[in-house]
Amino acid sequence: MTATDPGVGRIDFYPTHQHAGYKMRAGKPFPFGATLVPNGVNFSIYSSTATACTLVIFDKGALTPRAEIPFPPEFKLGDVYSMIVFDLDPETLEYGYRMDGPWQPEAGLRFDESKILMDPYARVIGGRDVWGVVPNWDNPFQHRSRLAFDDFDWEGDVPLQIPTEDLIVYETHVRGFTKDPSSGVHFPGTFAGLREKIPYLKQLGVNCIELMPIYEFDEFEHAHVDPDTGAVTHHNYWGYSTVGFFAPKAGYAATGALGMQVDELKTLVKELHRAGIEVVLDVVFNHTAEGDHRGPSISLRGLDNKTYYMLTPEGYYFNFSGTGNTLNCNHPVVRNMVLDCLRYWAAEYHIDGFRFDLASILGRASDGTPLSNPPLLEALAHDPILAKCKLIAEAWDAGGLYQVGSFPAYNRWAEWNGKFRDVTRRFLKGDEGTVAELATRLAGSPDMYSGRGPTASINFITAHDGFTLADMVSYNDKHNEANGENNGDGANDNNSWNGGVEGPTDDPEILALRGRQIRNAAVMLLTAQGVPMLMAGDELGRTQHGNNNTYCHDTPLNWIDWSLTEKNADLLRFFSHLLHFRHAHPVLRNRWHHSGYDYVGSGLPDLSWHGQQAWRPDWSPSSRTLAFMLDGKHARGGSEPDQTIYVAFNTSWDTQGFELPPLPGGERWHVFANTSMPSPEDICAPGEEWLLEEQAYVLLGPRSSVILVGKPTYLA
Amino acid sequence: MAFDATLETTPDAAIITLSGELDASAAPKFRTAIEQAAESSPTRLVLMMQNLDYMASAGLRALVFAKQKMGSGVELYVIGAQEAVAETIELTGFQHSVTMQSEYQPV
Repeated sequence: MTATDPGVGRIDFYPTHQHAGYKMRAGKPFPFGATLVPNGVNFSIYSSTATACTLVIFDKGALTPRAEIPFPPEFKLGDVYSMIVFDLDPETLEYGYRMDGPWQPEAGLRFDESKILMDPYARVIGGRDVWGVVPNWDNPFQHRSRLAFDDFDWEGDVPLQIPTEDLIVYETHVRGFTKDPSSGVHFPGTFAGLREKIPYLKQLGVNCIELMPIYEFDEFEHAHVDPDTGAVTHHNYWGYSTVGFFAPKAGYAATGALGMQVDELKTLVKELHRAGIEVVLDVVFNHTAEGDHRGPSISLRGLDNKTYYMLTPEGYYFNFSGTGNTLNCNHPVVRNMVLDCLRYWAAEYHIDGFRFDLASILGRASDGTPLSNPPLLEALAHDPILAKCKLIAEAWDAGGLYQVGSFPAYNRWAEWNGKFRDVTRRFLKGDEGTVAELATRLAGSPDMYSGRGPTASINFITAHDGFTLADMVSYNDKHNEANGENNGDGANDNNSWNGGVEGPTDDPEILALRGRQIRNAAVMLLTAQGVPMLMAGDELGRTQHGNNNTYCHDTPLNWIDWSLTEKNADLLRFFSHLLHFRHAHPVLRNRWHHSGYDYVGSGLPDLSWHGQQAWRPDWSPSSRTLAFMLDGKHARGGSEPDQTIYVAFNTSWDTQGFELPPLPGGERWHVFANTSMPSPEDICAPGEEWLLEEQAYVLLGPRSSVILVGKPTYLA
Repeated sequence: MAFDATLETTPDAAIITLSGELDASAAPKFRTAIEQAAESSPTRLVLMMQNLDYMASAGLRALVFAKQKMGSGVELYVIGAQEAVAETIELTGFQHSVTMQSEYQPV
């Protein structure tokens, strides 16, 4: 035996206590959770108001515990119970806690010793190992804390740190992306299935994938079960209801049944990075799956209810999330949990960034008051481990706080720009009084982000919440009957237009119009300054049949139909060329807002606005035309050479002529995209733009857009 | 079926033949075999898996352990893995760290 032998050389590897055959010693309060230590497992759990704590140990999947070990009083430091238990098998171990303390709801205390509680720091959670397998409801411990291992071989992988201005974000759902049999993958609906589609993502041209929630959630939360057949008709499909913040959803892993979801997800991240694609997680810290006072005691409620949740003076749950409870994010303990969680995902899973669902809640005080200087948001902005992670806020909440443009950003946070979505949709359908705001949005919203630059603006026209792009041009109204709430759920202000017929039609003119409108939207999204975000499937013309709130359907309604890659190949081609065009042109991806001046002496300002007359945009309320020009010599502040780009929109029902600004230096206008042309003339591969015969003006057909590129004729 | 792991050493390779089900209770036996194999300082560690019917996460952890125990200079071969076992290895990305073959052919 030597001093370096880890098994025997140190006194702290020996037990000091025994209970029912288990050997223990006082543990280490940090880190919280269950951690492998030499010869044993260190358990650490916090509660400020419990009177006693018992560790409950299960064999994997067993209905009754293998052992219950009370924490001796001397194992408690401050409000933290910690204990090392020796000789446990981390492969088969499941554990939970019983907390003793008062049941006084009016005082915010909801202790119940009969409940076995999940560790909020559990790195792996058992109990929902395979998606959709109906659980045994008689199991007294539904969501079971397990251990994770840190032995994954990253093979030198590091987060990509793609500059924010260069991102094209693709929002998708792990299951919906490949669940449909048409995906052709070996393991539909899983991390492994998504991995098989990496070549598609590369070909499309996205370089950042934003995954809808992948923290462990319960697809059976609020499930509707047919009493006769036992069939489940409504799932918690989207997953915006967290069970455990540190554990990946087992049901999203083909290896979930083996408990290897950690390895499978890390493998997905590693291979996405190899393909040059970043991974952003949509994280939900505004509430949890425990719901209001009628909900289950899964973890936080039974551990330390009034620390973790915002409570009314009567002990009920504030509801700023619209889902029953609200996490008490600016309590120092909860703040640390959020920070620990994100650091863990950044460090252990190499995650590149986070999108925060209903992020305005993260800026509220314990009583719900919006804070002017919210400590959690500040801590995240300046955290050393998260320093290179993208932080994206959904800058509103269900309590009425709307902070787009005013989110406490600490010069660090970006925002989902809901105003971009609203005005582009209104302009597209031909609403009056939209041109001036549209220009501001296309310029990267300098009115809102003057100090932060256009990278603060995540531009989107569609997202999981709301219509798909194809439905936005096919429906005037939402059609959510399948959700079982009498069409009362989902947003009513969709700013959508069906083109003349509600829903499916065979009318070739309406279909052509819808095809143009989809393309016009894509042109706006991908030529605007800021960070574009697409919803997965929009490039394929995916429909949800008018349903704008498909949170509960684990059906083809939510699954990508991969046969659309053939059926709508022309649309996919349009998107792919447009995405690659954006990557090819730094002038579209400025880090700072434009000045409107010529500060490099090129003869053109960096950004200029035009209308049917060059240099004379029509800002009048009735205007339905707008064009802009980005001077290539000003790309990235004049630091990168690029071509000059001209983009024009005509959302009126008539053909409109646009006078073109002349190009200096003998360059001539070439056509990259023209949505009034049928495919394949609607767009070309970047670099293969064709010479515009008439250089002085361009005609835009009804409801169409064009993208022109200035280049010397010899390049054509 | 009960798990078994037998070690055989040749001048430059250590060959472990696995059979049965490699689950949590079997993993220590596998790790012992790996430790014994390491003592002969082979240039290759060959895992014959034709008769291995099942591998749980503990088995994968043992493979990771083998890779780390032997060091980066030692090639790890996984030979004849049955479909379910091969899938488990691939889904968790471990196939990048080993050479998977249907029959042992040193590269």
